[in-house]
Amino acid sequence: MSTLAAVYTGKKNGARIGYALVALLLLMALFGPWLAPYDATLVSLDDRLLPASASHWLGTDHLGRDVLSRLIVGTQLSLGSVVLVLGLVLVLGVVIGGIAGIVGGKVDMFLMRLCDMFLTFPTLVLAFFLIALLGTGLTNVIIAIALSHWAWYARMVRGMVLAQRNRDYVLASRLAGASRLTRLRQHVMPNVVGQLLVLASMDIGHMMLHVSGLSFLGLGVSPPTPEWGVMINDAKEFIWTQPQLLLWPGLMIFISVMAFNLLGDALRDRLDPSVLAEIKE
Amino acid sequence: MLRYIILRLVLLIPVLLGVSLIVFVLLHLGNGDPALDYLRLSQIPPTDAALAEARHALGLDRPLPEQYLTWLWNAVHLDFGMSYITGRPVLDDILYYLPATLQLGGLALLATLVMSIPLGLAAARWKGRWPDQVVRFITFIGVSMPNFWLAFLLIALFSLWLGWLPPMGRGGPQHLLMPVLAIALMSMSINARLLRASLLDVREHRHVFYARARGLNEKRVWRDHILRNAWMPLVTATGMHIGELLGGALVIETIFAWPGVGRFAVSAVLNRDFPVMQCFTLLLTTLLVLCNLVVDICYAWLDPRTRFSGVMA
Repeated sequence: MSTLAAVYTGKKNGARIGYALVALLLLMALFGPWLAPYDATLVSLDDRLLPASASHWLGTDHLGRDVLSRLIVGTQLSLGSVVLVLGLVLVLGVVIGGIAGIVGGKVDMFLMRLCDMFLTFPTLVLAFFLIALLGTGLTNVIIAIALSHWAWYARMVRGMVLAQRNRDYVLASRLAGASRLTRLRQHVMPNVVGQLLVLASMDIGHMMLHVSGLSFLGLGVSPPTPEWGVMINDAKEFIWTQPQLLLWPGLMIFISVMAFNLLGDALRDRLDPSVLAEIKE
Repeated sequence: MLRYIILRLVLLIPVLLGVSLIVFVLLHLGNGDPALDYLRLSQIPPTDAALAEARHALGLDRPLPEQYLTWLWNAVHLDFGMSYITGRPVLDDILYYLPATLQLGGLALLATLVMSIPLGLAAARWKGRWPDQVVRFITFIGVSMPNFWLAFLLIALFSLWLGWLPPMGRGGPQHLLMPVLAIALMSMSINARLLRASLLDVREHRHVFYARARGLNEKRVWRDHILRNAWMPLVTATGMHIGELLGGALVIETIFAWPGVGRFAVSAVLNRDFPVMQCFTLLLTTLLVLCNLVVDICYAWLDPRTRFSGVMA
């Protein structure tokens, strides 16, 4: 719980703890199968629901699988799915928002009205609807969440492109005779992408909550695969006898979201405040 | 004011048309064949003849624009078709479950407002002192907590350990406490932070300085000059939270065996019961649009400056 102290010890430490936790989670995601003490999917009915001990630090679940191993190996899917959602959202946001901002006119009108429509839906309801169409499974959950989040990003990218287009250095390069494509590639897009990544980092935690929520409802990964949301779903029948089974995977989600929130705040503080004001326009 | 409300109501029509068009297009872009799903769920073997007949019965053999108009016409008359599973009119099923969800969502909205205002006020009033620290601690936890996990923690604490509250079901206020808190904590935290920041910002404005210079007491300065201006962002944010709260209610009610539309929707998703999903999506989206309209009207009422610019935008 030392991470909670970050609130009190000031911004700098909060940022450090955020970076450290995210690094730790990335390590777990990359090397999970090697770090885990046991095979995360190995069923051993003789070792069902063991309490925490020296051989099983966090005990075992209802099928005798080592909880710690499942948590560690689960990092990959839990974190990976969020990274994929983020990637998809950014690509959609940059392409659609970029086109709207650059082309302008009727295309801009059409794309922005489309965004408005998508922003009208309650996020989770739209995600439900899309999963019903696509079918359940982690890939479809990722697609569904990305499709219910992209519109906000597209609008922001459009706003940033429009703001960048009239900056002095872009006008200067235009005077110097740079073509439209060069101006976009060299001056507009690098700035947009940088700002966008910072804003996205503030949103990762939120996306993670959405993905894990759908996964908890049983719409994502199918049971034998270790993933935090589905582990909570698996464990919910045992709340009366083995509440600790619910505690650990939830704690992992909580810590990850917190880490991303700290990271996002730290990156935002490093961003030029005038940029934030500009985006809000 | 009345003109503003009527104008906003008229502007809803294109929004809802757009939403219905998106739902319709997505439904037809989906990789499934509704006729096949219909046969599967009605337990009719999918022979070619049966498929053709189902397509005809469901109107899938008509041109798409015609299908859309028929569908829209029926939807406007509140006819969303029959559930593939229960065989009953979809709308009846959803309206049967929806009030329980709205009760949870509505109370969560109320809890969000009721809790975030004193927290935000206390944090801003005693900035840097212990009330601020406590509020920052609560909101820091609140923005990172998965709502479904919080629900289990609450059950473990209040039902399993202390035995104070019933873990599931719908009944008196004791059944509401845990689900509402689980749904509201996130929005409450965001709102409290927002109000704190907004209060600290307004506190520095010149009119506040002037109010103090006129010799008004602190209480009046805070009530009439700071809070009155600072809570406007809160109204906007509340509009944005309604969708989140609704989504939260859908997830949380499955944990507390709350007889709402959430579990019904999840089973419809798992069974690919399209008429149910389409009605569910349209209904909840319309609801959200109407809620946002109410928020906007409140905003215009609270802040006369937006009455005209809002319509023009």
